[in-house]
Amino acid sequence: MSGPAHTTKTSGHADTDHGHDHDHDHEHDHEHDEHKPINEHDDGPPGEYEIMSRAMQELLEQQGVITAEQVAERMELFDEVFPYHGGQVVARAWVDPEFKKRLLADGRAACAEMGAMLEAERLIAVENTPEVHNVIVCTLCSCYPRALLGMPPTWYKSRNYRSRVVFEPRAVLREFGTMLPDSVTVRVHDSNADMRYLVIPMRPQGTDGWSEEKLAAILSRDTLVGVRLPRIPA
Amino acid sequence: MSNTASSKSTYTPAPGARFTVGDQVVVKAAYPPGHRRTPQYIRRKQGVIERICGAFPNPEELAYGFDGKPYRVLYRVRFYQTHVWESYTGSANDIIEMEIYEHWLEPAGVKT
Repeated sequence: MSGPAHTTKTSGHADTDHGHDHDHDHEHDHEHDEHKPINEHDDGPPGEYEIMSRAMQELLEQQGVITAEQVAERMELFDEVFPYHGGQVVARAWVDPEFKKRLLADGRAACAEMGAMLEAERLIAVENTPEVHNVIVCTLCSCYPRALLGMPPTWYKSRNYRSRVVFEPRAVLREFGTMLPDSVTVRVHDSNADMRYLVIPMRPQGTDGWSEEKLAAILSRDTLVGVRLPRIPA
Repeated sequence: MSNTASSKSTYTPAPGARFTVGDQVVVKAAYPPGHRRTPQYIRRKQGVIERICGAFPNPEELAYGFDGKPYRVLYRVRFYQTHVWESYTGSANDIIEMEIYEHWLEPAGVKT
């Protein structure tokens, strides 16, 4: 991702440079619903580029160049253009230590072995261990390895997540139901420039002998961003 | 966790890189207008080079339609959270890492 659209979010008061005095509900325990953003804090007026984009779409519709249906169809198509390959890649890393080494050394090349072509994306894979837990964010915009993980979820793009996970990662992780003891180092990666990131979670106990396909099924998108841990379905 | 190299760049080579893995660096305290990929919250903070990512077109030029040359060396820099946020409440071992272009970095201990 590049382009002046970033500028609106980085100039002046950066999202991430705010005072940390708003009343987030992060101390509350609550049931996590993965379809719901962790907190709706993206209120406020739309940015300059959002207004320009909306105005352009309205004009194009008024002039009969495009229809709203075509825009919606195109947005759906994004999901097909960028299918989710992440689970397969990490499942392979779980069962094949040599593949995992290659994935850690050069993420893009390793993904290409599995037919996941990341094009220009340079991918850094980071591995969770009993000592370190990794979590990914892009504070400046919403950089995300789309070619590997598909379109980013709404919460990943939310101002709430982007601004908070860098300075209170443990509170944000708790809201996703991920409790980490203080003995585990939390390692936050701000995906702020040219690299993209993939978390390799720890393989859960009780998955010995599982097929790659079965392992891939417990590797949801959220686990590869690092906000949740893979679980064996009850 | 150790502050030493995790891996060398596997991407574009970065000959002539000013810093090497393990070097202590400070992010410049500069606030120029325009397209910048260095978050405000990390400026003035001290960290250590975690890896050299390679040389990339300068995003500050690309953003305005220029060719991004000369290419700039991009590093991943590791910071202790307690050095970044005075009020950080997590473990003292917690870290944050991000990508910083060479022209935003100074050796630690040098006045910028």
